[in-house]
Amino acid sequence: MKTVEEIKAAIETAIPGAGVVIVPNPSVSGQHSLRITPAHAVAVATFLRDDAELSLDFLSNATGVDWPDKEVSEKVKITRTVTKTVDGQEQQVEETVEETQKRVVPGCLETVCHLFSVSKGHGPVVIRMKTANRTDQVELPSLTPIWRSAEFQEREIFDLFGIVFTGHPDLRRLLMWDEFKDHPMRRDYVEPDDFEYEPTAHDEVLTRAQEHQAKLAGMAAGQEGAGA
Amino acid sequence: MNTSGFVQEKDKREGWNRPPHIEPDGEGELLEVAMGPHHPSTHGVFRMDVALDGERVIRLKPVFGYLHRNHEKIAEGIGYLGSMPFTDRLDYMCPLTNNWAYALAVEKLTGQQVPERAEYLRVIVGELTRVVNHASSIGFLIQEMGASGTPLMYAFKAREKILDLFEELTGARMMCNYMRFGGCRVDATAEWLAATRKVVAGLPKFADEYERLLRGNEILMARTQGIGILRPELAVNAGVTGPMLRASGINYDIRRVDGYSIYNRFKFRVPLGEHWDVYDRFMIRLLEMRESFGILEQALKEIPTGPVMDPKAKIRGFRPKPGEAYGRIEAPKGELGFYLISDGGPNPYRYRVRPPSLVNLTVLEDMCLGSNVADVVLIFGSVDIVLGEVDR
Repeated sequence: MKTVEEIKAAIETAIPGAGVVIVPNPSVSGQHSLRITPAHAVAVATFLRDDAELSLDFLSNATGVDWPDKEVSEKVKITRTVTKTVDGQEQQVEETVEETQKRVVPGCLETVCHLFSVSKGHGPVVIRMKTANRTDQVELPSLTPIWRSAEFQEREIFDLFGIVFTGHPDLRRLLMWDEFKDHPMRRDYVEPDDFEYEPTAHDEVLTRAQEHQAKLAGMAAGQEGAGA
Repeated sequence: MNTSGFVQEKDKREGWNRPPHIEPDGEGELLEVAMGPHHPSTHGVFRMDVALDGERVIRLKPVFGYLHRNHEKIAEGIGYLGSMPFTDRLDYMCPLTNNWAYALAVEKLTGQQVPERAEYLRVIVGELTRVVNHASSIGFLIQEMGASGTPLMYAFKAREKILDLFEELTGARMMCNYMRFGGCRVDATAEWLAATRKVVAGLPKFADEYERLLRGNEILMARTQGIGILRPELAVNAGVTGPMLRASGINYDIRRVDGYSIYNRFKFRVPLGEHWDVYDRFMIRLLEMRESFGILEQALKEIPTGPVMDPKAKIRGFRPKPGEAYGRIEAPKGELGFYLISDGGPNPYRYRVRPPSLVNLTVLEDMCLGSNVADVVLIFGSVDIVLGEVDR
């Protein structure tokens, strides 16, 4: 079977400007993956399926991964000019200072697909796609028209992660009920307040519900603060 | 087999892999029926919303989630070992193959080696699980056809003997929790191996009896032949795996293709279907059971002595290097895969089960459209699912 580098080259020959990036996998499994851009996803997927040598006709596993916003602190060397008294005279001196800076790496949602070839018996080839962010730009193109096996698995990703697949023929929740609001597999998911279903709303239950509401309100306020 | 892929030129048009559109005959109204979630043939809590024109199925939408407990989320909150007993509950008919797939994925992630004897034990318990699953799944299929009890009890007679072996080895009949990363939890005694040899020697007789009871049965043939046809190109495209894929005539057995564990040491054949219908799926399971007897005999003959766990293996509290791995095995129901992402912590960052039961149900609508409502039960039974794995 071709290596990821060869597959990347083959894709870029067939689809100019496809923008495939190799994502190395440092673990011993050595299953490196290819990140494809949503704009070219359908063309790339069709190529992978129909190319005579690759013929990846079997999409085995499609799943989502949530990468929340991450705060990284890194040390940066900054050169600045300071006024110092050297030998009794005031002079402008350049000085290098090491500072710890914090910056937020914006999060995203990701889909990962494992492709195999039934006719050739090779695989897996791992392809991934990223959304622009985690809140309002969560659309990705659906691969269901190319591999039918993505149908239920994309519905599951939509349900549990909240990625919206454009071009999916029947995008509904799969495991949670239709009226459900949130996406349980996101890492910042908080369980909903189900206390109203308690048969008898006695004091203890009401206290728990109040605590829960206060916690939710606190989280919402915290998020707004972080956004500002 | 067509080597240039299964999709023919004429099939590349838009929507070739969608369910066909069935027109009602125009007389009377459509009747919408919710089959399930408490229908005895749904093997648990599963619903099919069916639209009927007389007896004919016009539309069928499966509804999932009645048994959903977000297994994947739970697994992200506990260590790697903590999920091992939980995998038993996925496909509760085949706990040992679930253990195996998970152990294999973690071993791929960490690079852990497995001793020889443990590999043999894994193959032995894995193939015994396959026999249990195929025998009972045929039993349930016949039960749904109306043969109340008898064939299922034949299957359960063999199943009981195997479950007794599991109990003796692992301490539990169904929730075995037997495998560990880098081997198996306990070694098999010489008595256990002797008892297993005895049970395995008796299994072909059971299969003969079972086959004689069922194969030529007139009612079974009338009800299953030509029903629920699944075209091979659609089967591949829809990710169908396991006996269902092979009943559609596609030679794809992960034991052969990947040769994981020590499967490339054993001689076995891969039975394939010719008519792609419910009867073929039933026959493939019977034939695969017989191939499993062969693998069991070879494994029980060749099993070496030695440790069943790598003494240096860390089972608890280890932190795999950042990275990811996808491990898969040929479970009795199809390709069972585990996808793990490690961020260097003690818990998996992402833990994903690739459930064969759920993906095999993708084509349920395609197979059922246009057939009679009574056949839906049989077609559904021939997919062979367990809801613990579908809903996770």
